[in-house]
Amino acid sequence: MAALDSLDRRLIDAFQRELPLCERPFAAMAERLGASEAQVIERLQRLQHDQVLSRVGPVFDHARAGASLLAAVAVPEAERDRVAAAINRSPGVNHNYLREHDFNLWFVMTAADEQQLEARLEALEEELGYAVLRLPMVAAYHIDLGFPIPWDELETP
Amino acid sequence: MNGLTSTDTASRASACPERLRSLLERGLPLTERPWLTLAEQCGMSEGEVLAWVERWQREGLIKRLGLVVRHHALGMRANAMVVWDLPDDSVAEVGRQLAAEPAVTLCYRRPRRLPVWPYNLFCMIHGARRERVLEALDAIVGRHGLQHIPHRVLFSLKAYKQCGGRYAREDQP
Repeated sequence: MAALDSLDRRLIDAFQRELPLCERPFAAMAERLGASEAQVIERLQRLQHDQVLSRVGPVFDHARAGASLLAAVAVPEAERDRVAAAINRSPGVNHNYLREHDFNLWFVMTAADEQQLEARLEALEEELGYAVLRLPMVAAYHIDLGFPIPWDELETP
Repeated sequence: MNGLTSTDTASRASACPERLRSLLERGLPLTERPWLTLAEQCGMSEGEVLAWVERWQREGLIKRLGLVVRHHALGMRANAMVVWDLPDDSVAEVGRQLAAEPAVTLCYRRPRRLPVWPYNLFCMIHGARRERVLEALDAIVGRHGLQHIPHRVLFSLKAYKQCGGRYAREDQP
């Protein structure tokens, strides 16, 4: 893990949500943290470069922002990396994880609308030669507030 | 001629928010005036960009605005998808209970796909280590009396891909 100092951690703790919506958001954040605007920008650039942050910006509501669903494929171990690479190349795929189950490859497929989504899934099934389990969201029960980082647990391996 | 011009203007005006959304999905430019940079890229004023973002937040299209953390890079190595086979008439109630648990980051109802997939409720639990995630799950099972509900814990072993969603039509090849 990249070494994060106190300013990095306070940035992450304070601004997973409610980034100030104003012309100079990083100056407003800096003021709250007792840092300079240049420092905040430099930290965010470094955290993004080190892939601690995937980005700074909005998280869109999947259900409203277009069509998406969770999908899974059951693939023999010998085929796994090849199939995972094919899934990664498929348009609209964002997450793709190996998990402990017969259905071992889990990915999220997105598209502009339902019709495009189904077309992409069918094209992928044809390419892979495996059936894709389609698990669209029926209801969401959580509110996305970002996630409190347990810094202490991370420091004592 | 006038008609053509106004049609052209109208179509460009309606394309702007879509372009803005597409740019936003990649994240803000890390510069002193990020909204101004975006405004220039989609033919709006800085004020218009801020107004669109404020509106999307109010309408719920934007769930949150801030730092999007990659938990794995921080050392949060244990990421469990816990799936439950709940009776249809209690899935909503249990879903709301699980969603209120601090350890649970996402909680969704999804359809069963019988016979291969009997589970209808999904939640995510992230943690520094596998044991801590399982401890958190045990506590949740105990608190909500879920001992007799069939469930499975699918830890992730590898992330082949992890990035933000791309929905805007402009991003499609």
